[in-house]
Amino acid sequence: MYVAAKGGEKAIRNAHALLAKRRRGNENLPSIGLDQIAAQLTLAVDRVMAEGSLYDIELASLAVKQARGDLIEAIFLIRAFRTTLPRFGNAQPLDTSRMLVRRRVSATFKDLPGGQLLGPTFDYTHRLLDTALGGGENGDISGDSPVASGGDIGDIPAAPVAMPRVTDLLGQEGLIEASPADDGAEPFDITRAPVAYPVDRATRLQTLARGDEGYLLALGYSTQRGYARSHPFVGEIRFGDVEVIFEVPELGFEVSLGTVQVTECQMVNQFKGSAEVPPQFTRGYGLVFGQCERKAMSMALVERALRWKELGEEQSAPAQDEEFVLSHCDNVQATGFVEHLKLPHYVDFQAELDLVRRMRAEHEAEMKEAAE
Amino acid sequence: MSASDVGGMPQITYNFAYLDEQTKRMIRRAILKAIAVPGYQVPFAAREMPMPYGWGTGGVQVTAAVLGRDDVLKVIDQGADDTTNAVAIRGFFEKTARVATTTSTTEATVIQTRHRIPETKLREDQILVYQVPIPEPLRFLEPRETETRQLHALAEYGLMHVKLYEDIARHGHIATTYAYPVEVAGRYVMDPSPIPKFDNPKMDDSPALQLFGAGREKRIYAIPPHTKVRSLDFEDHPFKVQRFAKPCALCGATGAYLDEVILDDKGGRMFVCSDTDFCNTRQEEGHRGEMGA
Amino acid sequence: MSAQVLARGFDDPVGESQAAFRAAMWALARPGRVEALATDLTPPAPLSPEAAALVLALCDYETPLWLDAALAAVPEVVDFLRFHTGAAILEEPGEARFAILSDPLEMPDFSAFPQGLPEFPDASATLIVQVAGFSDARFILEGPGIKGQTSFGAAPLPADFAARMAANRALFPRGVDLLLAGPGGVAGLPRSVTVRES
Repeated sequence: MYVAAKGGEKAIRNAHALLAKRRRGNENLPSIGLDQIAAQLTLAVDRVMAEGSLYDIELASLAVKQARGDLIEAIFLIRAFRTTLPRFGNAQPLDTSRMLVRRRVSATFKDLPGGQLLGPTFDYTHRLLDTALGGGENGDISGDSPVASGGDIGDIPAAPVAMPRVTDLLGQEGLIEASPADDGAEPFDITRAPVAYPVDRATRLQTLARGDEGYLLALGYSTQRGYARSHPFVGEIRFGDVEVIFEVPELGFEVSLGTVQVTECQMVNQFKGSAEVPPQFTRGYGLVFGQCERKAMSMALVERALRWKELGEEQSAPAQDEEFVLSHCDNVQATGFVEHLKLPHYVDFQAELDLVRRMRAEHEAEMKEAAE
Repeated sequence: MSASDVGGMPQITYNFAYLDEQTKRMIRRAILKAIAVPGYQVPFAAREMPMPYGWGTGGVQVTAAVLGRDDVLKVIDQGADDTTNAVAIRGFFEKTARVATTTSTTEATVIQTRHRIPETKLREDQILVYQVPIPEPLRFLEPRETETRQLHALAEYGLMHVKLYEDIARHGHIATTYAYPVEVAGRYVMDPSPIPKFDNPKMDDSPALQLFGAGREKRIYAIPPHTKVRSLDFEDHPFKVQRFAKPCALCGATGAYLDEVILDDKGGRMFVCSDTDFCNTRQEEGHRGEMGA
Repeated sequence: MSAQVLARGFDDPVGESQAAFRAAMWALARPGRVEALATDLTPPAPLSPEAAALVLALCDYETPLWLDAALAAVPEVVDFLRFHTGAAILEEPGEARFAILSDPLEMPDFSAFPQGLPEFPDASATLIVQVAGFSDARFILEGPGIKGQTSFGAAPLPADFAARMAANRALFPRGVDLLLAGPGGVAGLPRSVTVRES
């Protein structure tokens, strides 16, 4: 007699209990606090907020902890929570020219109003493992840090200093295309309506802003290697705090809801001009929650590549293929569908087995016939 | 959803069947249009669900939108109620909607399924909700949505016939064994989800309402009751379903879809019903196969 | 308008919305069969309780709503619908996702409403038509959702109703969909149905 395997329910319960145990790890060690994650794994938290499309440091930290450090899983947790949140209305567009800048670099001008501000960056660090960080008591401070000797490290300015965007400076001479004017229209919302291709630029930017960092990195990289080369220069990258302003229709005035940290990248790209437009620079734009420079830059490269049609360029490369790029950039969708292959497919496989066996039998018969 | 701060972290409570009412209305409107245009894929603003894309988020959203407090829900995956994903989805609705659940096809008012149609004939008060991974039947012939949309608009399905005919020329068979395309009510060519083509005839003239949800691809479509559903074929190669050489080893059923179970590493195998409720019911009624208890 | 005089919406939005939707769903899935639709709503006349239940269940800020002249003329009706659904109330039917027709004899030609596009036939209006009652006999229906054929009737409907429905059917897959709301029930006539005089 044969008894079919059962007990899916118990298996799932046990699996989840094991998961919880593994997540906790060695119980002789203190459980990691959300405040520690938020304070010390900031870039992980930032990525979760950016691709999770929800600015909440505490919940993102919780997601990182719950996901055992698997950031795509953490992004997924945040997305699933976000989708249930009621909407009160739309904030005013962020004004990044009024940012409390913590970092700002331009690759196009040596000096410019507001100056260059390196800020907290891995740039120019020697990628040498810093064993001092691994130490017990003194593990807090890198051996290289001037903090160790009590020096001033030029931390955050108290108030925003005037720091005009590089693209605005170029714009004064008409050397770069103008930033599109706000026509007041409600932008398409990819989280509230199904996307139909082709899409407008706002929809593209929304999709890229929550797109997978690794995917955009690879696509952006491909444009540099000649697959839709766009001669990019980093006009500016700025990272800092921006105020979120909400206009309350009932009250008729604006209130500040607080600040969010964002990274903005304005890529400046060559453009030969067309019959209507004289030669000038064009833009690729990237904006991401938190400090996610790699993502903001990749986004700007891909965004620029996707603008080929409007700029009268030729389409020749994967990064220019709007439907392809946008419909595969969401890592929550991608991971779900790739991983669904581990779900049972017995039924379909049985149908395929049957077909292959039948075709083999026919093949064999034909061979035999031919031999006779 | 509502959140209130208790001891730092928000306490989160969810609406009936998880989705907020606005989302349900949006999905419900899509369902109504899907029913009005049988086989046409209605775009809808699929939400992010607390389960992965590709694991039934479309079916879950459709179920959540139709489900009422008096419904009795059955969830199957591969025909079985106890497969892990079916268990997980059933548990989700037990938790979020507190509806009655069942493994009995006849007791259920709403059945969510992945990859099978129950063997037991459905009734006119039942709703069958399919989980759909790729709703576009033309996707593997033309990956671009912008193109396939045009083809549907023009009812230009020659491409599909060419593909099926090439199969015949090359293999002597139509090499599509599951997700076998159908024509609904004489108009739209539709992907029936990856059910084995064995199940295709059950879609035709079914008294139940059939709803299809594709979450990642953001599409909902439907087949109203008593609607003509024709599996695409050719006069000289009529549509045929798979037949199993032996009856179910447990309940002795013939004409049911069977799972192959490998018993040992010496070629030992048996065939048992994939529809566990059907098989159990038959065994309770006293039917026995060659390996039945 | 003050909040005190505004007629109430659903007491149990989750349950009542679901019930009204399910009635509408089965109505469109089984054209011509009257589905029970019980409601305690007491909307301002001439909006009927059943039509109100359907609109409250299906409409919100995403669904521009058009009202026929008899409804649009009553500020309490407009306030009731605007408050309970959040839907924009349109002056013209050309952009409506939903429309309520309280006076079926005066119903505009269906071409006044969005009828969908070849690529997006779903981008069309759903018309909620208030009728005084259902009877059988006047029309023979055929199509998806109907085993063989069925007879159907509702009143009042314009004399050329079958011709209008035939024109609608001829547009398929484009076209409008009708939900007929009568006392205690709702019947559906989706664009897929063929309507003939019996």
